[in-house]
Amino acid sequence: MRAADVNALARLGAWTRASLADLGASARLFVQLVLRMGTALRRFGLVREQVFFLGNRSLSIIGVSGLFVGFVLALQGYYTLQRYGSSEAVGLLVALSLVRELGPVVTALLFAGRAGTSLTAEIGLMKAGEQLTAMEMMAVDPVRRVLAPRFLGGVIAMPLLAAVFSAVGVLGGWLVGVVLIGIDGGAFWSQMQGGVDVFADVGNGVIKSFVFGVTVSFVALAQGYSCQPTPEGVSAATTRTVVIASLAVLGLDFVLTALMFSI
Amino acid sequence: MALSSQTTFSQAAAPLIELRGVRCGYGGRAILDGVDLQVRRGEVLALIGTSGGGKTTILRLLGRQIRPFAGQVRFDGQDLGPLGESQIYAVRRRMGVLFQFGALFTDLSVFENVAFPLREHTDLPEAMIRDLVLMKLNAVGLRGARDLMPSEVSGGMARRVALARAIALDPEVVLYDEPFAGLDPISLGVAARLIRDLNDALGLTSVIVSHDLHETFGIADHVAMVANGRVVAYGTPDELRASSDPLVRQFVGAEPEGPVRFHQPAAPVAEDFGVAA
Repeated sequence: MRAADVNALARLGAWTRASLADLGASARLFVQLVLRMGTALRRFGLVREQVFFLGNRSLSIIGVSGLFVGFVLALQGYYTLQRYGSSEAVGLLVALSLVRELGPVVTALLFAGRAGTSLTAEIGLMKAGEQLTAMEMMAVDPVRRVLAPRFLGGVIAMPLLAAVFSAVGVLGGWLVGVVLIGIDGGAFWSQMQGGVDVFADVGNGVIKSFVFGVTVSFVALAQGYSCQPTPEGVSAATTRTVVIASLAVLGLDFVLTALMFSI
Repeated sequence: MALSSQTTFSQAAAPLIELRGVRCGYGGRAILDGVDLQVRRGEVLALIGTSGGGKTTILRLLGRQIRPFAGQVRFDGQDLGPLGESQIYAVRRRMGVLFQFGALFTDLSVFENVAFPLREHTDLPEAMIRDLVLMKLNAVGLRGARDLMPSEVSGGMARRVALARAIALDPEVVLYDEPFAGLDPISLGVAARLIRDLNDALGLTSVIVSHDLHETFGIADHVAMVANGRVVAYGTPDELRASSDPLVRQFVGAEPEGPVRFHQPAAPVAEDFGVAA
């Protein structure tokens, strides 16, 4: 074998080993987080702070996005449906699209950008400022005191934000469909009421948003916790949070949707 | 009778912290090699030496932030190496650590920073926490700064707040990482006096890592000089000042030439600059 081949092989081996080690460290952190969720719940004040920080502070971007997605859904839906003379079904289309799909997914993507990055940067900077080490030296486990409340806060905030997104989106669809285009309001709402199932549609959406909440919060915290404690390290970790969390959300969305169809 | 008094004597003389043949470093590269060191109860021990010489590594070993490749680190007779997580946390509760830049929690006020260990480790009522925090802040002269955020205090003040936090749970040992770095002359004197007074008033044992020989020699009971991965000199400040060891002489006399070289080992100058020798 040539030396170049051996080097390439060695690099592949090193990369595989490093990837496996990262995966193992992440899995360990996830188990630690889940195990410490109970103690985090007992000090609910810390979790409440995070629900406020991650949830309330994201409300404006979620609300505005939901409104515009609702506008666009109603316009595009009307364009297609009026060809078949069923433009009253716009309400149903908007509601189903939002509740089943766009609510959880778009909220998760925005949540990764708005809340996930701030989590990663916060944890990364705490690490860079030796705050996490200081905590460990005070015999306080940073996973329990810092990471677990943030994780729980994100997991609680995400489904609530997705619900707000869908609700505002439906209102946006109503504004465009009924107020602007002039579809009959009664038909708009009654089609929606008759066609959206609490468990099959809303329930599945809630499950998705919960899973995305776990995913985005965990990715953000893990990236912050494992980043290099330097300015470049924190910036790289923040970027990775958005990339990994977004891809994971889209991938998981497909898997979950496929599962839900097959059941 | 004689036996029991002997036991008491040997217990009192037993070192609180002991390093035995410690070899340690990062990523397989040894920074310390064969370090033996003892810290006696109630004393102030200063670790001096060149930058990158391994002083801070010794501090990290004492709190088991890192583990030695070989040798033992003993605290109160107990080897820290094999301890599990809950046991090492129990040991750390008996230690206070002052980080170089304080490492205050930036999202908490000065008051809450000092209250942090109390809230985490005790169930004391709020009124008692308030009194304890104000007492500790008073000891470092910052009772009036309780409502400030860490971003609003100077570097020297931040370190005093961190000191108040480090002694909040009345530890037995306080470890200081470069407590004097970057302080103005007044803060420097204040900090040094504070370390000595707290040590004596609270019955602590203190380990200080520092470059600042003047302040350190003024308050330390013993000084250990770390260089080339081992403890090369140990004694009282006066003994070190009188030492004839060339390494100690160079360091204490702040001389540019001596056993510690100015140049990092490198290829010959002629080779690097491409000129004929």
